[in-house]
Amino acid sequence: MSGWRNRGQPFSSRRIPGFAGIALATFALLYAPIAILVIYSFNAGLSIAIWEGFSLKWYVQAWNNEAVQEATLRSLGVASVAATVATLAATMAALATTRTRPFRGMTAIYTLINQPLMVPEIVTAVALLIFFAIIKVATGYTGIVYLVAAHTAFCIPFAYLPIRARLESMDLSLERAAADLYATPWMTFRRVTLPLLWPGIMAGFMLAFVISLDDVVITEFVKSAGQETLPTYMLGQIRRVMTPEVNAISTALLLAGVVFVTLFFALSRKR
Amino acid sequence: MSAPPSGPAPAASSSGLDPGRAARLAGEVARRDIRTRWMLSLPAIAIVTAAAAGPLLIVLVYSFLTPGPYGNVEWRFSPDAWINVVLQKDIFDDTWQWADAHLRIFWRSLELSFLTTALTLVLGVPTAWFIATRNERTRVVWLFLITIPFWTNLLIRTIAVMELIRNEGVINSALIGLGLIEQPIQMMFTDFAIALGMTYVYLPLMVLPVYASIEKLDFRLVEAGYDLYASRRKMFLRIILPLVKPGIIAGSILVFIPSLGAYVTPRVLGGGKNLMLGNLIELQFGQGRNWPLGAALAITLMAMVMVALLYYVHVTGRGRRWHG
Repeated sequence: MSGWRNRGQPFSSRRIPGFAGIALATFALLYAPIAILVIYSFNAGLSIAIWEGFSLKWYVQAWNNEAVQEATLRSLGVASVAATVATLAATMAALATTRTRPFRGMTAIYTLINQPLMVPEIVTAVALLIFFAIIKVATGYTGIVYLVAAHTAFCIPFAYLPIRARLESMDLSLERAAADLYATPWMTFRRVTLPLLWPGIMAGFMLAFVISLDDVVITEFVKSAGQETLPTYMLGQIRRVMTPEVNAISTALLLAGVVFVTLFFALSRKR
Repeated sequence: MSAPPSGPAPAASSSGLDPGRAARLAGEVARRDIRTRWMLSLPAIAIVTAAAAGPLLIVLVYSFLTPGPYGNVEWRFSPDAWINVVLQKDIFDDTWQWADAHLRIFWRSLELSFLTTALTLVLGVPTAWFIATRNERTRVVWLFLITIPFWTNLLIRTIAVMELIRNEGVINSALIGLGLIEQPIQMMFTDFAIALGMTYVYLPLMVLPVYASIEKLDFRLVEAGYDLYASRRKMFLRIILPLVKPGIIAGSILVFIPSLGAYVTPRVLGGGKNLMLGNLIELQFGQGRNWPLGAALAITLMAMVMVALLYYVHVTGRGRRWHG
């Protein structure tokens, strides 16, 4: 019942028996599968479960695989364009929807911008499949623009939220000071607001880039023939015989993700 | 608090303008400001409307059309898709019967989503508690460790689970190597595999909001309970749990919603037989060649998610009022 009273250690309101154990086990469970995935990407043998010595051959094979090269370049291209456009649009929208008294329609703008976060991805994917099918029939165009447009749309809320957070925590007095010193609104924005906001913009960009790079569902439904991105390529591959090549690609993609997220954290913590 | 934004009157009188004109001017400035704000929001609004929100309306329209013979639709009204969500016509005597296959998938989706939520609760609440009770410096590190998997590719995390549990995978190879089993244990392509995979990929979504509410917890209340001779169990149930409840509800909804709409994890770990709603929807646009039915199912899924989301807004809104 109240057995802890009799124990040697003093009472702590922050200790619940068993919780630390479960927590540490959870962390172990969270990282074990990823660790195994990474380790076997360096396996010399064919197996993803039997260790046959260290080798980089699967990285070399993935690097020389033309389909992988093409998918990687497409993933990076789509993510760069989508994240850039999304960040630009999100920055403008964030400037418009913060630091003011609520005006009519502001909640509507906010809800619309965050809409892609609220609808299951599969539903958006299906909706875009239908919508783009109509446009494809009408125009005959089947290029990469559909993919870029879809990625840009779902990247916008991810870029918007950190930028908005940054804006809301920013000090208004500096901009007022600039205005008092007869800076034009544009000068104030260019010389005061933008430099202060910059870490938030970069954080938003990083996040949008990672989200675009990782997307599977919407890409799978929107892509035309021959428009594989790295994740959809992998989704197709794992249906067949698994070789550590998939592990090698996964490890590379994981590394890219971790780098971007670390940058995101560093930027969004910056004062 | 020196200049409340109640109106332009004080400024107007000090600069000697007549109050009526000043008010009109202030109104004009405010209108222009709002117009600028709309213009600035326009690109984001346009992109999201064109490539995310708008097409949802087309899905609604398509759910009332007739399926085309090779996929797509014919522009003829038909309520069949909506009826077919839960009912089907018997091929022999044309009577309506429950569409068992669909109902089974609905049921599996709900069941697995609840199971996933329960499993993430069991693992996530202690983990969040553990993180929140570290000292400030190590807490950031633990938080970072939870956040990293959250932002890494969901497909890769699913593949990682797959490599553990497949027949030629790490677990089965190890067990066979140790001589404990002779035949691999079939774990892939089962409901168990899906629940395990979803628990794995959505766990951070539980830990983060629960952590946020534990972090705000006033531990003096727990100490007061101790001083008043409450048992540890009572303290947990009567003091800690009610205070942490908003975080637990938020975490549960945040796990439940993506589980219900999951597509990648059940596709990879469940295979072709153990479908969830997301996979059933995809099937209608692929082999099923029944786009209207796929559209109706998609809207059904969206409605289910919206209910969960509204409940979430309702609960968190109330929680905020409680805490001032």
